[in-house]
Amino acid sequence: MKKEFQIISDLIKNNTRVLDVGCGDGILMKHLKENKKVDSRGLEISKKNVQICISKGLSVIEGDAETDLKQFPDLSFEYAILGQTLQAFYNPEKVLDDLLRVSKRAIITIPNFGYWKVRIHLLLKGTMPVNKHLPNEWYNTPNLHMCTIKDFFDFCSRKNINLFRSIALHEENVSEINKKNLSFKNFFSELGIFLVEKK
Amino acid sequence: MNKLDKVKTIIIEKPLKLDCGKTISKFPLAYETYGKLNEKKDNAILAFHALTGDQFVAGINPVTKKNGWWSYLVGPGKAVDTNKFFVICANVIGGCIGSYGPNTLDPVTKKKLATDFPVITINDMVNAQIHLLDFFKIDKLFSVMGGSMGGMQVLQFVANFPNRAKTAIPIACTASHSAQNIALNELGRQAIMADTNWKKGDYLNSEGSPDKGLSVARMAAHITYLSKKGLQEKFGRKLQERDDLKFSFDADFQIESYLRHQGSVFVDRFDANSYLYITRAMDYFDLTKQYNGNLSNAFKDSKAKFLIISFTSDWLYPTSENKEIVIALNAAGANVGFIEINSDKGHDSFLLDVPEFLKSIKNFLDANYKIL
Repeated sequence: MKKEFQIISDLIKNNTRVLDVGCGDGILMKHLKENKKVDSRGLEISKKNVQICISKGLSVIEGDAETDLKQFPDLSFEYAILGQTLQAFYNPEKVLDDLLRVSKRAIITIPNFGYWKVRIHLLLKGTMPVNKHLPNEWYNTPNLHMCTIKDFFDFCSRKNINLFRSIALHEENVSEINKKNLSFKNFFSELGIFLVEKK
Repeated sequence: MNKLDKVKTIIIEKPLKLDCGKTISKFPLAYETYGKLNEKKDNAILAFHALTGDQFVAGINPVTKKNGWWSYLVGPGKAVDTNKFFVICANVIGGCIGSYGPNTLDPVTKKKLATDFPVITINDMVNAQIHLLDFFKIDKLFSVMGGSMGGMQVLQFVANFPNRAKTAIPIACTASHSAQNIALNELGRQAIMADTNWKKGDYLNSEGSPDKGLSVARMAAHITYLSKKGLQEKFGRKLQERDDLKFSFDADFQIESYLRHQGSVFVDRFDANSYLYITRAMDYFDLTKQYNGNLSNAFKDSKAKFLIISFTSDWLYPTSENKEIVIALNAAGANVGFIEINSDKGHDSFLLDVPEFLKSIKNFLDANYKIL
């Protein structure tokens, strides 16, 4: 399992209700079910992935977070997970609002556009960065709204969202992000993982 | 020998109060089973049939000598593997393959009930079938499943008996029959009643039967089971055994010939009065209204794990209506999954060889049989 999933899993308390938005083939859901005894639901846009989740006995609803999150009642989950997809929505702000409506807390991970290799790529090569977390070319990437860890910090403070935990992931190294080391972490981390709650 | 002699039947002794107010008792319920009930009695699946289906889900139907209506899905080694699961299916009340219906003899008058048969509902059908669980001494079914009207019965079953099934698979259905659904059913009923042989339903006790009306009803309904794209690909404007148009009202086009054939084979196996009663039951189906306008209340006590399935080209019970069920289940905090299957075969997809559909049911059953 990816290190990212391990970190997410560690953020989640046992015996809670969890919604995994964009749950893919259900690896994280299955892990949470087996190790954290959570009652989980998934929302997934790809029919192929929904089929895989069904074969794992997971309860996954085929749908699009931009239009189908509205079907869940207010605060019907304790955690909503959004793994590396916030930047791919037409309206990330609305999706985040909806996430924090259906769930008390949200765990959001973003590929960090402020990572130094990304910056250097654009600065020196003059072309859109392609790497492990941004594997697509500009013309076929699903990403519409790339942001940096710093952008996400600013966004949360403007939206009155509490950042409970901010974790930086660089290769296998995990570290906490705080206001003091923000610029540094924004430069040296590939991935940001955030546990947030509405104020 | 009567063609229904091979039909297995139980007599339900216990009185059943129907939604229309009438109470029935000592009535027959015809059923069929496939596979073996295991010792723990935890491998039973109750399948519900659609409007023109019957209890012969799989194998060869002993009445029509054709394949059972869900042969692609149910059988040894199939998605619903009868080497593993015990599948039960009953002919709905109102039906014409052995269960209490317009064909049942009135013990007093010795005549067939015809339109003296009471108007029944999906709720009545399900309340009759619950007795099969007692008959087989099954406390909890592993699954209830069905497509179209069968799916409506699944929804009604879990609402009425929230603790009698571990899983539920409503397919290509709705929680509330729409104006369009009712309109299409009314078209079929009017075709039957316009046939002079119908005789206000009393043809069962005299000569002749409203075959023409029933066949037109079937032709109209059959169109609603297919998609425009499917029809166009299969038939297009192809002519029927001729090189050019005949400038007549014969079946010039293959689609005309196909529909006429569908109509004519249907009247051999189905009863016109049953068609009236069962379509009426579908039209009356409104689970939302039963629960005072809040569908989620229908599922609030349900412990079942649900899989809702719809098909992209189904315009009779479209994805949007199936999603309403998903939304209500989510609102009730129920355990639900949903998948929309890509298919050009329209509403009929649930009866056909649609591999992704068959796979979703197989995977759902197999995965949950291990963990539930």
